[in-house]
Amino acid sequence: MTSEAPIFRLTGVGFAYGPGRPVLDGVDFELRAGERVALTGANGSGKTTLFHLMMGLIRPRRGRIEAFGAPRATEADFFEVRARVGLLFQDSDDQLFSPTVIEDVAFGPLNFGRSPKEARAIAMETLSTLGLAELARRATHRLSGGQRRLVALATVLAMKPDALLLDEPSAGLDERNFARLIAILDRLPQARIVISHDADFLARATSRHCRLVDGRIA
Amino acid sequence: MSESTAAETLAREALADDLAFERDRILQPEIDETRARAVLADVDPRLRVVMSFAFAAAVVALDRPAPLVVAAAIAVGAVLAAGLGARRLLRTLAALDGSMALVIATLPFTTPGRPLIALFGYGASAEGLARAVEIALKANAVALMALALLGSSELAEIGHALRRLGLPAKLAALLLMTVRYVEVLGREYRRLRTAMTVRGFRMRCSLHTWRSLGHLFGMLFARSFDRAARIGAAMRCRGFDGSFPSLAELAFTRSDAIFLGFAGGAFAALLLARLA
Repeated sequence: MTSEAPIFRLTGVGFAYGPGRPVLDGVDFELRAGERVALTGANGSGKTTLFHLMMGLIRPRRGRIEAFGAPRATEADFFEVRARVGLLFQDSDDQLFSPTVIEDVAFGPLNFGRSPKEARAIAMETLSTLGLAELARRATHRLSGGQRRLVALATVLAMKPDALLLDEPSAGLDERNFARLIAILDRLPQARIVISHDADFLARATSRHCRLVDGRIA
Repeated sequence: MSESTAAETLAREALADDLAFERDRILQPEIDETRARAVLADVDPRLRVVMSFAFAAAVVALDRPAPLVVAAAIAVGAVLAAGLGARRLLRTLAALDGSMALVIATLPFTTPGRPLIALFGYGASAEGLARAVEIALKANAVALMALALLGSSELAEIGHALRRLGLPAKLAALLLMTVRYVEVLGREYRRLRTAMTVRGFRMRCSLHTWRSLGHLFGMLFARSFDRAARIGAAMRCRGFDGSFPSLAELAFTRSDAIFLGFAGGAFAALLLARLA
């Protein structure tokens, strides 16, 4: 039964920042295992907000969020969701806060109870599979923009998530880092939702398309 | 299949390029660091923090010239052993001694005592000169030792060490976050400042200048708050619950024992010089 349940099921989710017109107004959405969904919409249409709702960083005004077959409402519910879903932020500087790359990649595993030794091994393994092993001891603030994005992806993958929420992963990447990201994403098995304004990128990285219009998924 | 292999090859080339670029960019400091690291990197940072404080306390307590000279010699020895780059060393010392120059230069003239020479009618006393030399020696000895023991490590490493020595978690987190984000903040400042410049902004002593700078710093604060919120959210997404787990597994190593041996010798030498 639970294996059949979608990773995410949102029913009639509404959200507003303060009083006034809501950003999201009755979103219905489902993400199933293995799906690669493109999420588009105008600036300010609530794409990032939707991600934050799914991770429990903000709570919906109305509607219902289910993840992995269970309703999610409290911080404790979402702690479990965060262990299984990785969110890649728009600005990698927001994500990489540790002094060195290896410490940052190990941060998630440590939080979920791995020993320092295990966490270090997981982090090294994740960096290696992304071809980033050489960066392990580097200071996060000395990385180039492209490296920063890929290391941020590594910090998410180190938690071995079942699903990925990628917020404009290709923004600001040069041609080669773009190709590198496509190659990496292509090899990953996780279900994913990708926010992007880059039609070329979406065509290569996703197979289903959802568009946010007037606070709903059209 | 072949397409993805091509992309991977491209990806590997890009990484090699990136690494070469980074190496060129930070070649200079890296040479300094690796040399220093070779000697002291294996010594537990906590031990280094404690010892540099202990040395500072001991030196400040000294009041006679002989042990002070010994202390300065020990500090010089430590710096040489640490193998710090000469340029960085001189720059730090120049900053320190530059800021103390006024005190050292005026002390002989303001301390009463046996007159040594007279300048423009003001007499310089021998006691004052002795005090000046003493202060200069103490300050430089402490600074050199701190450079030798702490200057060779990343500030972040010191932060972790302080945390383990009992510094409250919040203060340690503040230090670590500052180390990480001061440059991001600096970049943001430079970007805004450039944007102002390209629209013809020049610093003048005018209300417009002050108001614009006020807006600039206000904007920096506002953005920092937003960024802090986003960083917090990103950390929660990875299961952050308020505590900072650390990767380092600390154990007493041979390097620590050797370092302790040297430190013990240094303090013994100081004590002997003091008693003699």
